[in-house]
Amino acid sequence: MTTAVNTASIGIERSPGLWSLAWKRLLRDKIAIVSMVIVATFLLLALASAVGLVAGGWNSEIAKNYAPPTWFKGSAAQEDLSKSNKSAASGPSLDTGLSRPEFVNDRDPLRETITELKQQLGQSTSSGADEIKIVDPLADVIVELKKKLGRTGDGDANEVEAEKLSSLAFGADKWGRSVFDKVVQGSETSITVGFAAALVATLIGTLLGALAGYYGGKTDDFLNWFYSIFNSIPYILLVLAIAAVLNKKGILTVVLILGLTGWASIFRVVRAEYMKHKARDYVRAANAIGASHTRRMFVHIFPNISHVILVQLSLYVVIFIKSEVILSYLGFGVGVDTVSWGSMLNEAQNELILGYWWQLGAATLFMAILVTAFSLFTDSLRDALDPKLK
Amino acid sequence: MAAYIVRRLWQIVPTMLGVILLIFFLFNVVGGDPSYLLAGKISNPETIANIRKQLGIDEPYYVQLWIFIKQVVTFDFGQSWSTNEYVSSIFASRLPASLMIGIPLLIVEAIIAILIALGVAYVRGSLTDRAVMVSCTVAQSVSILVYIIVFQYVLAYKFGLFPVQGWGNGFFENLFKYASLPILIALVVSLAPNIRLYRTFLLDEINQDYVRTARAKGLTENRVMLVHVLRNAAIPIITNLMIQLPGLLVGLFLIERFFSIPGIGREVILSVERSDFPVIKAITVYVALATMLANLAADLLYKAVDPRVELK
Repeated sequence: MTTAVNTASIGIERSPGLWSLAWKRLLRDKIAIVSMVIVATFLLLALASAVGLVAGGWNSEIAKNYAPPTWFKGSAAQEDLSKSNKSAASGPSLDTGLSRPEFVNDRDPLRETITELKQQLGQSTSSGADEIKIVDPLADVIVELKKKLGRTGDGDANEVEAEKLSSLAFGADKWGRSVFDKVVQGSETSITVGFAAALVATLIGTLLGALAGYYGGKTDDFLNWFYSIFNSIPYILLVLAIAAVLNKKGILTVVLILGLTGWASIFRVVRAEYMKHKARDYVRAANAIGASHTRRMFVHIFPNISHVILVQLSLYVVIFIKSEVILSYLGFGVGVDTVSWGSMLNEAQNELILGYWWQLGAATLFMAILVTAFSLFTDSLRDALDPKLK
Repeated sequence: MAAYIVRRLWQIVPTMLGVILLIFFLFNVVGGDPSYLLAGKISNPETIANIRKQLGIDEPYYVQLWIFIKQVVTFDFGQSWSTNEYVSSIFASRLPASLMIGIPLLIVEAIIAILIALGVAYVRGSLTDRAVMVSCTVAQSVSILVYIIVFQYVLAYKFGLFPVQGWGNGFFENLFKYASLPILIALVVSLAPNIRLYRTFLLDEINQDYVRTARAKGLTENRVMLVHVLRNAAIPIITNLMIQLPGLLVGLFLIERFFSIPGIGREVILSVERSDFPVIKAITVYVALATMLANLAADLLYKAVDPRVELK
């Protein structure tokens, strides 16, 4: 009778599991808390930007060309501003990269032609898109282009010019787009690519590693051979080779490139863990009660090594964020309709020589903060999940 | 020893075959038909048929694969699609520049990283140690692109200490004039992760019993650290150095691009931009081979450093 009561009371006081213990250790670690807060802020920012709450209008030209940051305006900005106005007036002479149609400072010859034609035809000048179309087959395209640039079809160019800001919180780029909005969009791109590619790589690496470690023998030999192929080609070379073959830009392509090439390091770790665990008593017990191979691999062993996988996943995010920046810088990454810290750095390289350092500064600062915080978080996570390592 | 080397070289064959299959699959199967790309804008069916025949794309896959294997074995990848230069001559002319940056970098970097790591491992847990570790973490988080852009702008463009970019003909002119800033940047970028890594290797050894014994019998601290600890931590350090070796060929591609240095890495980027498949294929295959040989060399070096290691 008493023994029954005892076991019951013991049963109530369950010992804390791995995850709750790790969480407690993580909360005791000051660096971990700070880095978690920073990473969480970035995640929220990326989410808000994905939904469109923040930085949705990054592609609209809200400020003057190369408008300086607000706090910087007082000191050296006057000279810069006059320079930037001059450069704006001289049109796209500074354009070294992409060319964009300039509607702002130039007269619109097309519009003039249309008005002229209309007058000749004796039509009223209360222009609607449908009427223009009779004359100009490109009218639809132009209206759409103007909408994309943040203007309605009938907006007056001078009016828009007057609204332009002379300074912004983080300054403006060559076309007067907000650097802050761009850098937030860049965070969204980096975080999306980093996490998605890390998931792809982890999925492939874990699956193959589990198969190799669990079955051993011929399966292991074959998968090891496969691994050695990927391991013998330097990572960045493989990435560039696949980029050359796919020859397509976009977030999905980058995720695929990084995910498909990066799985090798987690394969090694997971394989070793499965080899260690497959002979343990709990797995043999699972075998005795008739659990299938798949069940033993993924229901029994997997939860016991998931902490190792989580740390690897976290390491991947940092590596892939850095790789995406390089790919996008080289122009093999995301397309021109997406902002990336890499493409910002590419633009900033030319701006720096002209003295406009804010785009470089913003992209560097945001990237350094996120990557530092994430690296520190990964270190803390590893210490918390495996205190023996410390 | 000789038997071991022969066996290891023999083991390279299946992996090399795998690399060839992977590259073949990527470029000939996934990459598809490049003849439209090559023919340019004005193309008639005849030109395209001609190009297809010339490249052997009409043949079934197994014939194409055989051609590729023959190319790898005979070092004859034909001509570049965009410049018509022979791929072998591209290799011969680009390799010296890459090595000119890579080899001094590897030597200087190894010495500095090991010395700093020894220093911080010796005073582990102190404020100096933590400060160095934190600055390494932060330094690692800044993209290599930023280092290159800022260093090139400040040191070369603003202050004119180095040429902004370029490459000369003479050996010493290249080494001391054109290569010094690229090496400096690569040094700054690679020091941070390596100091962290070597520090952990050294810390694994520094608490061992033999270190206490060495101190107990009255050896100087210099001898304890530089002879006893360093020698025992040498194996993982050598592995790391050897892993970096093949990376020297392409790993500095960003620096080569920024400074217009005619090396292998810059060639890779150019060929990716031009979809110049023969060049990318050749570089990938041979760098993979170089990686495997470097791994073998690392294993042989272990034996030299640590007589306990048995080569099986």
